[in-house]
Amino acid sequence: MLKNDKISKIIDGKRVIVKKPELLAPAGNLEKLKVAVHYGADAVFIGGQEYGLRSNADNFTLEEMAEGVRFASQYGAKIYVTTNIYAHNENMPGLEEYLQGLQEAGVHGIIVADPLIIEAARRVAPKLEVHLSTQQSLTNWKAVQFWKEEGLERVVLARETSAEEIREIKEKVDIEIEAFIHGAMCIAYSGRCVLSNHMTARDSNRGGCCQSCRWDYDLYKLDGDREIALFDENDDPFAMSPKDLNLIQSIPKMIELGIDSLKIEGRMKSIHYVATVVSVYRKVIDAYCADPDNFVIRQEWLDELDKCANRDTAPAFFEGVPGYKEQMFGIHSKKTTYDFAGFVLDYDRETKIVTLQQRNFFKPGDTVEFFGPEIENFTQTVGTIWDEDGNELDAARHPLQIVKFKVEKEVFPYNMMRKEQ
Amino acid sequence: MKKPELLVTPTSVAHIHGLAKAGADAVLIGEQRYGLRLAGEFTRKDVREAVDVARGYGIRVYVAMNALFHNDKVDELGDYVRFLADTGVDAIVFGDPAVLMTVRETAPHMKLHWNTETTATNWYACNYWGRKGAKRAVLARELNMDAIIEIKQHAEVEIEVQVHGMACMFQSKRSLIGNYFEYQGKVMEIEKKKYEKGMFLYDKERDNKYPIFEDENGTHIMSPNDICIIDELEDMVDAGIDSFKIDGVLHEQDYITKVTQLYRRAIDLCAEHRERYEAEKGQLLAQIEAIQPKHRPLDTGFFFKETVY
Repeated sequence: MLKNDKISKIIDGKRVIVKKPELLAPAGNLEKLKVAVHYGADAVFIGGQEYGLRSNADNFTLEEMAEGVRFASQYGAKIYVTTNIYAHNENMPGLEEYLQGLQEAGVHGIIVADPLIIEAARRVAPKLEVHLSTQQSLTNWKAVQFWKEEGLERVVLARETSAEEIREIKEKVDIEIEAFIHGAMCIAYSGRCVLSNHMTARDSNRGGCCQSCRWDYDLYKLDGDREIALFDENDDPFAMSPKDLNLIQSIPKMIELGIDSLKIEGRMKSIHYVATVVSVYRKVIDAYCADPDNFVIRQEWLDELDKCANRDTAPAFFEGVPGYKEQMFGIHSKKTTYDFAGFVLDYDRETKIVTLQQRNFFKPGDTVEFFGPEIENFTQTVGTIWDEDGNELDAARHPLQIVKFKVEKEVFPYNMMRKEQ
Repeated sequence: MKKPELLVTPTSVAHIHGLAKAGADAVLIGEQRYGLRLAGEFTRKDVREAVDVARGYGIRVYVAMNALFHNDKVDELGDYVRFLADTGVDAIVFGDPAVLMTVRETAPHMKLHWNTETTATNWYACNYWGRKGAKRAVLARELNMDAIIEIKQHAEVEIEVQVHGMACMFQSKRSLIGNYFEYQGKVMEIEKKKYEKGMFLYDKERDNKYPIFEDENGTHIMSPNDICIIDELEDMVDAGIDSFKIDGVLHEQDYITKVTQLYRRAIDLCAEHRERYEAEKGQLLAQIEAIQPKHRPLDTGFFFKETVY
């Protein structure tokens, strides 16, 4: 693999990476934002009440954004806001006020596809960095050059770009590059799919996507007026559902390419998902940058990622053109093998009693696993469980109930407890 | 009253004769190496001949370069643009800014039409690409009539609207048909089969048939119905929309010619003899219905439909 001397230095006879890429995580609400930052994200992208592409997510008010910015700044982390719809005329009123609000909330940048929003931001909220969204499906260096000349700080490349293409883009254009490393993705070129509009009258490019690409279809061929089925009776139907992206094995290559920001998808995902994925990639990036020439991917990182996977994963275009093995056909089982069971609020070192918010059913005798940035993963058996008033419980069965029990090893607020299904 | 241009996509050089006689003002041609979802495949030799034929009838020729380009084709864009400029085509249709950059470098006087199919959704974006060098914007098909007219009122560039034919709903870089055959274990047949025409996806829940095909640009899925608003042209003619497009992709040559003839009459009547248009428009629609392929119902696209999000 290429060793990029622009991003590394020899220190005490050993090569280290001095230009670490940003680890960029998704957050659908304030709690997820705090978890993402606490678990090691260098930056978090969130959606506002308008102009973003997940109209079903709970999304942030301007006040929540300001609080998120304050929280992130304690960790030196940045907040970006997705503002990446393709606007219609009717979306224009209110845009400038909204962008000014983002600037006042202190967010660092916005992720944008529509030139309307790019130029409005320049005009009324010039402190916001402008990053070009993957919705523009940027696939070549010359298009990247165009957007650099337009004054953008960063571009998010199309998910269809390969490692070699990114290398060439990096070499030819001096602009920050952001690339996806993990999560669900469109199987179409982003921004070039309106299946949802045609099938359900929901506008995919304004946040209404109903994921028609994940449905099953039957493939036929027309011969005159005759319709010939291109499948046998027992064949699975035609499907175009992609496996989720997973580039953990490619992180070393991405770092050596000098990619500036590595992005995890999933604003709709749980805090357990965000915590797990962010912490694994944090470890991979830190370990590689500290000693790239002796780096190996540890099995425990791969196992850890699997604990929150809800679909099969694949490397997609970064490592070559994906074929049928990178898609899902037939009935696909849900993959998650662990439930998020509790969120640590406090720990008493004297009594070894944890105070925990219940997130899923557990009871005495269950084997649970704790994880978090301050600790090495460990498992233990749950003993007696009490409620907040010290009453013994036969199980923790109420969502968000505050419960206490003994945990032998020290845990910290924001640590999580999971349980094998 | 100003008449909108009638723009049509021919299937071959020979077809241009028929379309010109049927009343087309302009044709859109190209090859899949650079253009998306064309009705015919036109080599450089064909483009030269097409320009000659079109000149004979006094109609314009536009060439599609609206693919999403990866690095591997960027270096050859200049050569193609130079060829098109030397051949005397009237405009290049682009979506990727790499084409815009290339035209600035190699043929700065070449007219550009901005067409990404799905992202021309507001007047500001149209004018933005106008300031970057485009003379025309081709609107997304997913807009309603009110939005189209409002865009035209604010537009500093020409506005083109598709009035007939199927719309593209989806483009993937992946070989989705080939992948499906491969998954089924029909490996031997893939290369031959995946480029066949006439395939469609059947959606049981909606009872819709979506044409699907693969080419050099990936996999394309098209709308289940053909847009047809031959009887609803008044508002756009009055608003001064600059170009009406009939997209003939996946249709037979004779069908495209006949549809062109009917729209020619509709536009002429609508612009010059409004009362006769009102009296005759139902009949014009009926004539299209009569030649419509059985598996392609007509509808009015998004012209009178609201989308939510």
